[in-house]
Amino acid sequence: MSLLSLNNLSVTRSARAVLSDVSLTIAPGECVGLIGPNGAGKTSLLRAALGLLPFTGTSDLATLSPAMRGRAAAWMPQSREIAWSVTVETLIALGRIPHLPRGTALRAADQAAIDAAISRMGLSDLRHRTATHLSGGEQARVLIARALAQDTPLLLADEPIAGLDPASQIATMQVFANLAGEGHAALVSLHDLGLAARHCTRLLMLHAGRLVADGPPADVLTQANMAEVFGISAYYRDTDQGPVFQPIEVLG
Amino acid sequence: MRLAAGLIALVLALFAGSLVSGYASATAGDSLLALIRDDGTPLSVVMRDIRLPRALLAVMIGASLGLSGAALQGYLRNPLAEPGLIGISGAAALGAVLAIQSGLVLQFAFALPLAALGMAVLAVLAILLLAGPRGASITLILAGIAISALAGALTSLVLNLSPNPFAAADIVFWMMGSLADRSFSHVWLALPFMAVGWVMLASLGRGLDALTLGEDAAEAMGLRTARLRLLLILGTAACVGAATAVAGAIGFVGLVVPHLLRGAVGARPSALLWASALGGAAMVLAADIAVRELFPARDLKLGVVMALVGAPLFLHLIYKTRKELA
Repeated sequence: MSLLSLNNLSVTRSARAVLSDVSLTIAPGECVGLIGPNGAGKTSLLRAALGLLPFTGTSDLATLSPAMRGRAAAWMPQSREIAWSVTVETLIALGRIPHLPRGTALRAADQAAIDAAISRMGLSDLRHRTATHLSGGEQARVLIARALAQDTPLLLADEPIAGLDPASQIATMQVFANLAGEGHAALVSLHDLGLAARHCTRLLMLHAGRLVADGPPADVLTQANMAEVFGISAYYRDTDQGPVFQPIEVLG
Repeated sequence: MRLAAGLIALVLALFAGSLVSGYASATAGDSLLALIRDDGTPLSVVMRDIRLPRALLAVMIGASLGLSGAALQGYLRNPLAEPGLIGISGAAALGAVLAIQSGLVLQFAFALPLAALGMAVLAVLAILLLAGPRGASITLILAGIAISALAGALTSLVLNLSPNPFAAADIVFWMMGSLADRSFSHVWLALPFMAVGWVMLASLGRGLDALTLGEDAAEAMGLRTARLRLLLILGTAACVGAATAVAGAIGFVGLVVPHLLRGAVGARPSALLWASALGGAAMVLAADIAVRELFPARDLKLGVVMALVGAPLFLHLIYKTRKELA
């Protein structure tokens, strides 16, 4: 059983191929990091997989009805939009919309999912604060909690840890890894290759719209791939505290 | 719940206030009794055929403008959106102006609201063509601005070329908006459109809540944004087209009322819909009472009072929230 299956997914925008023939499947238990330089097609891959972008090829998520898709996958876009000054809890509760029959109030199960999301993201103290008054990093954590409250088998997140402090970055990646450990799956784009190496069970590397590497972090974060795709040299060691990855310098 | 009860009580009180407000001199008690009795006395006729439809129209129009303002602000995620934004009221005004100018109103009393509704329908078709299923929210704003500008230009043209100064004066006064001398015919003309509009807009609450997170996240939660936009355009057009057709241009309600109530409902767009409908009804009722009580001898126009009350209120709101907006 897979939670996401893409076959020859291609996206063309303004006559330019931004994603070319990407095929992959994601199974329960996987915490997948999506890496690649700016413009490699990470966001396009995630959005096309959800059916939010026109594409060719197939994505099993995109064939679901909108209501079914809302229960199959949660999506946290890169733009962290909070339009109105609602409380943190009200905002997180929006994640229950796909599960609520029209016109019904939150039920016990919904409240439980909201509480679980709040506690996973360590937001108990902020629960009654106004979301738009929080710092950017706090807002990002609230929006991740919103996606967690959707309680879907699969979570797609576009650069969820960008702009977070180190402790929040580690804690958030641990949340994704824990979700995977509980039989869910996460597909997360990120630029912090060190955190990707430590917390992801599998990395997908995009380069100019093509999937150029797919496998365990140690097999993807190789010197050759770093030079070819990112144009950098890097340090990678397996230590007794887990893998350590550090970009070193830009290659000439 | 407390807010709902308070707003309903306010609307009921102002509705009663509107019924007992007017030129015919009678005590409040006598007036309300005459309304119930229907005994053919002059006061009973005044109450049943003049004041009751006037108060009902104030409620209907206020609710329509408040509701569509809240829905538009929710969809565009912009507190500055208002029902006039999508160009329907401008187009309806143009239809009315054409009916006055061409003399159609003299031959047929309902030529004016019907012409206004007709132009509103044309404007809706143009909006749907420009910003229909495949449009984005910014396309809707731009299309609305373009249609408003065109309708405004054509209205000016009609005024400019008007050979008859009386028709021109009629036009100017009509455009100020008023509920004076309206009858149950106006209620029955507007009600079907408004009722359809209310049902459409009231169904959007959940989608507007989801849009708090932006279009991308909302779509991924199962919201059909194209369908929501279609219902929003048609619902707003039905409400605003009908309101403008029977009462002329009444501004500020759709802009100010959602603003005033947003804090009280915890900023949730779905809760703001019904609150703004009630708040809008209260605001138009209050303004229409003021119109009659401030200068009973002069035909003060509702739209003028609304703007005079609305603009300072809006300034106050901007002053209060300027830190948040920065």
